[in-house]
Amino acid sequence: MNTRRIRTTLVAGASALGMTVLSACGAAETNISASDGIVTIAIPSWVGAEANAAIAKHILEKELDIRTKIIQMDEPVAWDALSTGKVDAILEDWGGVPKKEKLYIEEKKTVVPGGDLGVVGHIGWFVPKYFADEHPDVTHWKNLNKYADELRTTESDGKGQILEGSPSYTTHDDAIIKNLGLNLKTVYAGSEAAQITQIRKYVKNKEPFLSYWWTPQWLNAEVEMVEVELPPYTEGCDADPEKVACAYPELPLQKFLNAGFAEKGGEAAEFIKNLHWSTEQQNEVAKWIASDGMSSERAAEKWVKENRDTWEKWLPKGD
Amino acid sequence: MTAVAPTPSAASKAQEPQRTQKTPKKQAGSVEADQRGKPPSSPGVLRRLTDRADGVSIGWRLLALVAVAAVAIPVAASLWGSGSWPSALTYDVRAPLERLDAWIVDNRESHWVFLYFLLHISNNTQYAVDGVFAFLDGLGWVGVTVAAVVVAWYAGGANLGRRALRTAATALGTFAVIGLLGMWEPAMDTLALMIVAVAASAALGAVLGLLSGVSDRCEKLLRPVFDTMQVMPAFAYLLPFVLLFGVGVPSALIATVIYAAPPMARLTALGLREADPAVLEASASLGSNPWQRLWTARLPLARKQMLLGLNQTIMMSLSMVVLASVIGAGGLGDAVFKALARVDVGQALAPGIAIVLIAVWLDRTTAAAGARLDDTSSSGPVSRARAWAGRAGALAAVAVAAAVGSVVGRDWPVNWTVSISAPINTAVTWVTERIDAGLPLVGGTLVWSENFARWVLNPLRDGLQGAPWWLLLLAVAALALLTGTWRTALTATAALAAIGVMGLWSGSLDTLSQVLAALVLTLALGFAVGVLAARVAWVERAIRPVLDVMQTMPQFIYLIPVVALFNASRTAAIIAAVVYALPAVIRITTQGVRQIDPGALESARSMGASPLQQLRQVQLPLARPALLLAVNQGVVLVLAIVVIGGMVGGGALGYDIVYGLQKSELDVGLTAGVAIVCLGVVLDRITQPAAARRPGGR
Repeated sequence: MNTRRIRTTLVAGASALGMTVLSACGAAETNISASDGIVTIAIPSWVGAEANAAIAKHILEKELDIRTKIIQMDEPVAWDALSTGKVDAILEDWGGVPKKEKLYIEEKKTVVPGGDLGVVGHIGWFVPKYFADEHPDVTHWKNLNKYADELRTTESDGKGQILEGSPSYTTHDDAIIKNLGLNLKTVYAGSEAAQITQIRKYVKNKEPFLSYWWTPQWLNAEVEMVEVELPPYTEGCDADPEKVACAYPELPLQKFLNAGFAEKGGEAAEFIKNLHWSTEQQNEVAKWIASDGMSSERAAEKWVKENRDTWEKWLPKGD
Repeated sequence: MTAVAPTPSAASKAQEPQRTQKTPKKQAGSVEADQRGKPPSSPGVLRRLTDRADGVSIGWRLLALVAVAAVAIPVAASLWGSGSWPSALTYDVRAPLERLDAWIVDNRESHWVFLYFLLHISNNTQYAVDGVFAFLDGLGWVGVTVAAVVVAWYAGGANLGRRALRTAATALGTFAVIGLLGMWEPAMDTLALMIVAVAASAALGAVLGLLSGVSDRCEKLLRPVFDTMQVMPAFAYLLPFVLLFGVGVPSALIATVIYAAPPMARLTALGLREADPAVLEASASLGSNPWQRLWTARLPLARKQMLLGLNQTIMMSLSMVVLASVIGAGGLGDAVFKALARVDVGQALAPGIAIVLIAVWLDRTTAAAGARLDDTSSSGPVSRARAWAGRAGALAAVAVAAAVGSVVGRDWPVNWTVSISAPINTAVTWVTERIDAGLPLVGGTLVWSENFARWVLNPLRDGLQGAPWWLLLLAVAALALLTGTWRTALTATAALAAIGVMGLWSGSLDTLSQVLAALVLTLALGFAVGVLAARVAWVERAIRPVLDVMQTMPQFIYLIPVVALFNASRTAAIIAAVVYALPAVIRITTQGVRQIDPGALESARSMGASPLQQLRQVQLPLARPALLLAVNQGVVLVLAIVVIGGMVGGGALGYDIVYGLQKSELDVGLTAGVAIVCLGVVLDRITQPAAARRPGGR
């Protein structure tokens, strides 16, 4: 009976406290920004995106005197954050979450497009150049079955291995393999870091491999790769994810802004809408960061110093 | 994801045996009761050992199982076939989860549950963390360092004794190195989140511990909840929180609290239940009512256990706060992730070292406070005036330092940093290139990896996947029956069946084959090293710091070296799991072997037993409870790291969980998480004897 009384009192006390806390305040704010007056940019885990954000941050802070914060998160998560206003902008969207795009832009109107970044992305199947030099016909999908044996690993169940990256990346590879009747199996490295380490390993030992890969990517400056030709992309050939049997499209990467930020963000929002640079420029900065070991801040500083002509056009016209 | 909290060695020797012995208790809910009632050397163990020898009842039970199987299996096989799990017996759990997901996204900003409840929680946690961060920022680097040193010194006894000075020096060293590595700002982010998370988990844990400490019914109700909270991979429940609370600090904080509160609750309950009955009797005879007894006798007596719980809670919060950077929590974890994106181990190591140091600092500080508790209880109360003078002095020191700090500047001076990235990368590459292939005689890690996959993993997986579904259920039931009772057999079989019902049969068996391989490796290595460390003192001293680092270093850092050595494959995933689970197994084994009754060992020696005979016939049998606990911990830890395995090519359930989180697909991630918990239940039930679970059971 003693313990029961103590327990009852504890439970009663806790619930009374809870009720007071809840009734004391009304409806909660639905949209609190982590830090007001600071522009928050979300970047996915690859270096090209870090290069975009680094130069944006440098110019925002040094030229416009606006504090900027960069946080790393995966695309789907970043879209949710963009909608709630925890993130103000994303600079490089690969169109990986069409459902969320539709929901937030068309239905909820919490996100607005911010225009082209200027960089064109492309996903595809790639083999290393030394492998393609030795067997020139490997670069066409019809001949891949011939090489399945050479591509086999312990993980690929007797078929040829196509190395995949992080689960967060857009891929139709399983459907493509099935619909083209290829003797291949997708093997997920599970993260971009693991995939790159694996590719470097193969290159060091000059082993043949086939990988899901993309441009722009800083590793392309270090490892020469050749794309395998898949049936050409036509508008809508990837509409049904189960029936895809074509290549990936050329993708002009997009910027997106939180609707509230786009409206009230002033100079910062205008600057981000204007930001526009080329694939080569992004690659240059990305390479400084990734293979030359420069910190992203230093790389951005260097690029900004050397390319005033390019970025001056992005500054808000008001001044 | 860590189920066992990192346990760096304690500052004081007096504290150490106690701590390591207790540490495992909180995760091993199932073995807890046994350990509590009977220390390893008690005669109860021996009796149980002999009990197990009588095979009669086991034989009858197996016979009964065969009888049941003889009737049920032909029926089941003829109805649903004998291949993989029959599709007629699956239930679609994904569709409702998908609907729930869609409902949350649609109603997040309008439904009353969010407006009047959940959003308050999330906003207030955000304010709290922002507030603490602003406070740390205001103190500046000088202020924070001095405050940490003062707190550590105070915890160590606030005098010029060795303990106080050493604890203070640890704090000073920690913050100096963090600054030198250029990790000051992310470290403050992490610290702010940690402070709020630890406060919340400790409060919640203490309340739940109080409930299950005073009421048996609450304990029965809460224990399975705690077990699930610790085996469920954190990745699987990060996503629901992201849906409910949005990305960033609030989700990270709530996930951390859920993950870190159980040890506090368990140890609080344990402390309350262990209270000396004589003291309670005395208190009652003095006419105190239950409340007074709770406040004046039971809680003070439980103080030491509660402090140990706090220590565990801190360590677990730290590992979770790091993990939570995948949902945008920032801080040191974010620094690790950014470095990983450019495949830069050296750069990832800097925040990794900062995390290890913070863990060591907090561990030493709480351990010193625990050791001091022993002192004061024996040396009588300190005068209140002196205690207050000490507190005031400490506060003044921090205030002065903060003032100095605002003059010197708030951020750590930029030119006082060193970069360790380049030399570390060179070293890692050098080592991996030397041992990956072409070693004379032994081959190299790549060759081992390939052979291991070909000759061990593939046959094991194909065997499991190829076996008829009813055969696996029967095998699990029989194994569980051999070690346990009808009830454990039923639970184990039901857990395995649940996996099939969810439609994850083949993926789960793939994961099971990897988990089994990792478990066997971990236990073989762990028992060998553990026994060695228990018998040779210098070995234990030498491996202790290594174990500390293995337990606290974020697992993401060894992703890259592991892939470089073993290729992106299931072998890489298994190696990652072994590295992670090994320290706990070694520690528990060492502790168990060392703590056996010295009398038994002495008599064996006097009868002329050789060292090997002593080990085989005395030490190992007497350490059986500890070894069982090591097995239990091995299972929990190997399962907890299946997710990391998914990030280095392990595939199966681990990959599903990472996919679910990164693509924000609740149905994929959550079901895979539940499947891992089910595998945990199966493995626990077939490895842990029922006697260990219920001491009075037989």
